[in-house]
Amino acid sequence: MLKVRDLEVKYGVILAVRGINMHVEQGSLVTLIGANGAGKTSTLNAIVNSVKKSGYVEFNGKDISKTPTHKIIKSGLALVPEGRKIFINLTVDENLRMGAFNNDEQFETLRAHVYEKFPRLKQKINQMGGTLSGGEQQMLAIGRALMSQPKMLMLDEPSLGLAPKIIGEVFEIITELKKDIPILLIEQNAFAALKIADYGYVLENGSIDLEGKASNLLGNDEVRAKYLGG
Amino acid sequence: MDMQIFLQQLVNGASLGSMYALIAIGYTMVYGVLRLINFAHGDIMMVGAYFTFFAKAAGLPFEVAVLIGIIGAAIVGILTDKIAYKPLRDAPKISLLITAIGISFFLENLFTVLFGSTPKAFSAPEYLTKIFHIHGIYLPISVIIIPTVTLLILAVVLWILYKTKYGMAIRALAFDIQTVKLMGIDADRIIMIVFAIGSALAAIGGIFYAISYPSIDPLMGIIVGLKAFAAAVLGGIGSVGGAVVGGFILGFTEIFVVAMFPELGGYKDAFAFFFLILVLLFKPTGIMGQDLERGRF
Ligand SMILES: Nc1ncnc2c1ncn2[C@@H]1O[C@H](COP(=O)(O)OP(=O)(O)O)[C@@H](O)[C@H]1O
Ligand SMILES: [Mg+2]
Repeated sequence: MLKVRDLEVKYGVILAVRGINMHVEQGSLVTLIGANGAGKTSTLNAIVNSVKKSGYVEFNGKDISKTPTHKIIKSGLALVPEGRKIFINLTVDENLRMGAFNNDEQFETLRAHVYEKFPRLKQKINQMGGTLSGGEQQMLAIGRALMSQPKMLMLDEPSLGLAPKIIGEVFEIITELKKDIPILLIEQNAFAALKIADYGYVLENGSIDLEGKASNLLGNDEVRAKYLGG
Repeated sequence: MDMQIFLQQLVNGASLGSMYALIAIGYTMVYGVLRLINFAHGDIMMVGAYFTFFAKAAGLPFEVAVLIGIIGAAIVGILTDKIAYKPLRDAPKISLLITAIGISFFLENLFTVLFGSTPKAFSAPEYLTKIFHIHGIYLPISVIIIPTVTLLILAVVLWILYKTKYGMAIRALAFDIQTVKLMGIDADRIIMIVFAIGSALAAIGGIFYAISYPSIDPLMGIIVGLKAFAAAVLGGIGSVGGAVVGGFILGFTEIFVVAMFPELGGYKDAFAFFFLILVLLFKPTGIMGQDLERGRF
């Protein structure tokens, strides 16, 4: 579904991503874990060309290395960005409308689906995005991404800054989504991510340090020591 | 001040304020999406007036000439973005600002070289220049038409911004361009729409100005443009409603102060900048400008 080869991201002289290779197969949930500053966000942003990069990216059999961001999204690869990036000056409903910008005919149906999945949003249809709680914003961000009927979903730290109870809910939602759509999940919360993932990559200082079946990584001593708190 | 004079000044103020408002909307919308004070915007107003003038001089009916002026200005506005601003999307904002000032000089001088600096008489059809005398009030029909058209245009702009997906994208852009792209939206296309709308409204303002004064010259956009910019800041830069409120406040102030203190007449162009300084000192967000929290438009 998604193939990444020799992906490199530079910010001036800082080499944030140092030529990594990754795969996400149809029907799987892959997680990319790593400490703060390891280069996870840069990787996702590079895949959708939100930041300058070099390397090769293929999505759904097509080379998207040089495709502009909006066309990559249109081709079915959705990204829920770090920090959720809800349009705080738009209502909940308008945020969803933006997600379905290229999907006029299906808008009503898709919106009904999202409100069904996230009943809490339905009560706040006309509220400004900025007035929602962190958890609600995360659900809105995921809902908004689903409005484009993506073929694959990438999530950048969906649990960031949320209360433990809400984090549990978010992971339940991701587990649900996994049944319908391949996912690339970025997390600092390595334990929770590996528990629901099929496959994992461990990013350290911009390079893939380790990769393997999620269950194997969960049992790996190095991973346990560094990311799972012993 | 007796009632007649008061009403007289009121209609004059509304008409002048309308022109400022129309031009201020473009300033505020471009600022909203690019964080750019587009100093070439006043000159787009001039471009609109010139296109109209020449279309009319070529023998076209006035209404068609107006349409050509509006469309011509929109095209020039879009071109300034595509040619001058778009290559600088990732550059520091100060580079954009300096470029805008450069475009402004370029347009002023281009039109001076091409068409001369002497003002050209601008004649509008009779139905727009008719003058009524009602109870001693001197009432050119234009002072009725101009504010009415302005309010109608405001209604249309607000409808676009709040009821269409393109308008929502314009408001979303005011928040964050990267996230707008993540919606599969071609942000450059949305920015193009903003330049088209803003420039078209500036052209309408320029045509109103030409009808009222009634002459045009290549530098006509400078002072009016600066005042409209002051109006946009006064109303709250980024807010379309604010731009209109700021425009009307400025128009009324200018007319009324001069009517009440004729000895200040020579300073009438200074009020706008006096307001500008006050706003920047005491309430930089202006009357209706708010943090993004509550929306910029
Ligand atoms: N826009 C930027 N400009 C310069 N350096 C950046 C920028 N974004 C990220 N970095 C740097 O790149 C490295 C990787 O950052 P990031 O991809 O955000 O990591 P992560 O998402 O894993 O926390 C960090 O050292 C960070 O400081
Ligand atoms: Mg990150």
